[in-house]
Amino acid sequence: MDTNTFIKGLWKDNPVFVQVLGMCPTLAVTNSATNAMAMGLATAFVLIMSSTLVSLLRNFIPKQVRIATFILIIATFVTVAEYLIQAISIDIHKALGAFIALIVVNCVILGRAEAFASKNSVGKSILDAAGMGVGFTFALLCLGAVREILGSGTFFEYQVFGHGYEPWVLMILPGGGFFTLGAWLLLFNYMKERKAAKMQEISA
Amino acid sequence: MNQPELEQMTAAPNSWHMIRALAGIGLMCALLIVSTYELTFDIIKQNKAEVLERAIFKVLPGAESKAIFIVKDGQVEKLIGDGNGETRYYAGFDANDDLVGVALEAGGQGFQDVIHILLGFNPEKQIIIGMQVLESKETPGLGDKIEKDPAFQKNFEALDVALSDDGSSLKNEIVFKKNGTKSNPWELDGITGATISSKAIAAILQASASQNMPVLYKNREKFKQQ
Amino acid sequence: MNVLNKPLEIRTSPHLKSSVSTNQIMFNVVIALLPVTIFAIYSFGLAALLMLSVTTIAAVLTEHIYCRLNNKESTVGDWSAAITGLLLGLTLPPALPLWMAVLGSIVSIMLVKVLFGGLGYNVFNPALAGRAILQAAFPVAITTWHPAFLADRFTHIPSSSLAWPFTTATYDAVAGATPLGNMKFNHVAAEVSDMVLGMTSGSIGETSAVLILLGGAYLVARNMMNWKIPVTIFLTVAVFSGIVHFFNPTTPTPLFMLFSGGMMLGAVFMATDMVSSPITDRGIIVYSMIIGIMVVVIRLWGGLPEGMMYAILMGNAVSPLLNRALKSRVYGTGRKGGAK
Repeated sequence: MDTNTFIKGLWKDNPVFVQVLGMCPTLAVTNSATNAMAMGLATAFVLIMSSTLVSLLRNFIPKQVRIATFILIIATFVTVAEYLIQAISIDIHKALGAFIALIVVNCVILGRAEAFASKNSVGKSILDAAGMGVGFTFALLCLGAVREILGSGTFFEYQVFGHGYEPWVLMILPGGGFFTLGAWLLLFNYMKERKAAKMQEISA
Repeated sequence: MNQPELEQMTAAPNSWHMIRALAGIGLMCALLIVSTYELTFDIIKQNKAEVLERAIFKVLPGAESKAIFIVKDGQVEKLIGDGNGETRYYAGFDANDDLVGVALEAGGQGFQDVIHILLGFNPEKQIIIGMQVLESKETPGLGDKIEKDPAFQKNFEALDVALSDDGSSLKNEIVFKKNGTKSNPWELDGITGATISSKAIAAILQASASQNMPVLYKNREKFKQQ
Repeated sequence: MNVLNKPLEIRTSPHLKSSVSTNQIMFNVVIALLPVTIFAIYSFGLAALLMLSVTTIAAVLTEHIYCRLNNKESTVGDWSAAITGLLLGLTLPPALPLWMAVLGSIVSIMLVKVLFGGLGYNVFNPALAGRAILQAAFPVAITTWHPAFLADRFTHIPSSSLAWPFTTATYDAVAGATPLGNMKFNHVAAEVSDMVLGMTSGSIGETSAVLILLGGAYLVARNMMNWKIPVTIFLTVAVFSGIVHFFNPTTPTPLFMLFSGGMMLGAVFMATDMVSSPITDRGIIVYSMIIGIMVVVIRLWGGLPEGMMYAILMGNAVSPLLNRALKSRVYGTGRKGGAK
């Protein structure tokens, strides 16, 4: 089995930091680590389930109607996820609001269905979807952690600083999402460039 | 799938294959959704009831059990079954089965979007004894203080909503006051930095109390039947 | 420097070169800001002195360190970073915790100026954008006003100024709302004469209209500021709020609008920023009218008492568009743009 199929979603092809896909939930629901985690896991669930089904049915689906079928499958699992989240916690469902339904239009999911699951075996597709899902959750958690720690002084609702901490309200507002994403992208690109420069040094 | 069949599929679009795929997958998806819905229906209903109950017991301090009432043809009566659409009055009772108060939902325009709140009335003493925000999109850090600010919540320990002598309207309008300038029991002490949100709450309170308080007071005995 | 390394000249001929350098303009802006600064220190005491020095030093240091880290020649010599810091300080409430002011300076220089390419490339006025970010981050602290003319203002530093970094400040003296806040939330109008002279509370440098206008007049006299911007803004505000006041007398009078809040400081020193305002005359008129209308709209119908900051930032945002839409006629071509 190819572990690279799984690992690439985490780092090299990270859906948020490298592919810059799925920006809507990335910016909108990462105002706390809990919300980011819930959104990431819900997306990962839909991603894995739909990739599995698409891969299973890949010989059954004619090329001409594949997008319609993929969307149908994705929408089904989004609806399932919405019911499950409501059953787990009404509060999380309220916090994520309309963004659960919007998982349908998250390009990461349709992208993986079209680019990977429809061409690869079930096992490989599950690995790929899991990698992407975990990578997406990790990225959302990166944003959610920074925004919650600075914006509310807490991490997973656990007080990080003393009571005198002055929260940076901006960070939990939409603007803070853009700033945080920008900062993370800066860090990722900086590391990538430095690595590339090192590789060049070695080869030269 | 044998070789000629595969060739046929990739060569020319076969409408039978397309219909088969769409209908088959559609059916499968429908089944999946319906079964999840059936499986989770009771849990979700219970969760929602719990959230509401928690809020009701918060706005009616000391309450331990509740009963739901509705107004039908101008008469207050106990809700039997699920009911639909009517304004609900949630009566809360303490450990000795004495009426603590009646809770009801109210809403109005806030700074960002509609604020939904739950109000606890004590019809006997004609005061508001609790307020919980059910849903709001007020600015984090400022407007959302209406949910948490302890000084603001203090307003709702006993906010005066006494009726005028003929029992048809409020004697004093609930008015908003700047933080720290509250001098009468029917005034609402605002939050610094959240003036608009606290004003909105005052407006919701005024609208809800002037509409519901006469009904609550007139029927205060009826709510006592558990 | 090699000719090829020069930034591309975007104007059409004739290319006349002014003998006035950036440094000279910037230095004169500092001189123009001096009366305001001195009055601010006189009325708010040590709090203002500390605030202004801290924001200025932090802005200069940020730019210097950035240049050092990138192995570039330090650009702090052109005074622009110092002006950004000073202007930022002038727009802040006097008793704002100093650590927030430092953060504001860093954001102004790093995020708004050098990340866009440094002086001449920034889309927004750095000082104002920095203040906007501070306002979004610390909405309560930045609307907590400190009383002016306290008896012990030259001996006592407000405890809130010295709050430890990242902690909430405790305020020892809190002034009532600013004239605009009073107008919006309590419907009480302040005396215009008080606002003209600077007897009210507010941000450090916005209180005295007379001295701000004096500084502006100095710059105009030295031909280092485009007088059309503040004049158009004032006219637009006066006319627009006059019309509204005529139909609804409960709204503030045009005079109150002109002399309250950051109107003067913003129109004279912020909106005239050469980098973030349009370059053509027609563009400048439209830009100034947008600012004038926006500020009245925000003040009268918005949720905030003051709108000058957002109005100017919006003006900044549209100025590249205005530059594109309202190009000046290329010399030697017909009115329709084609060659004669």
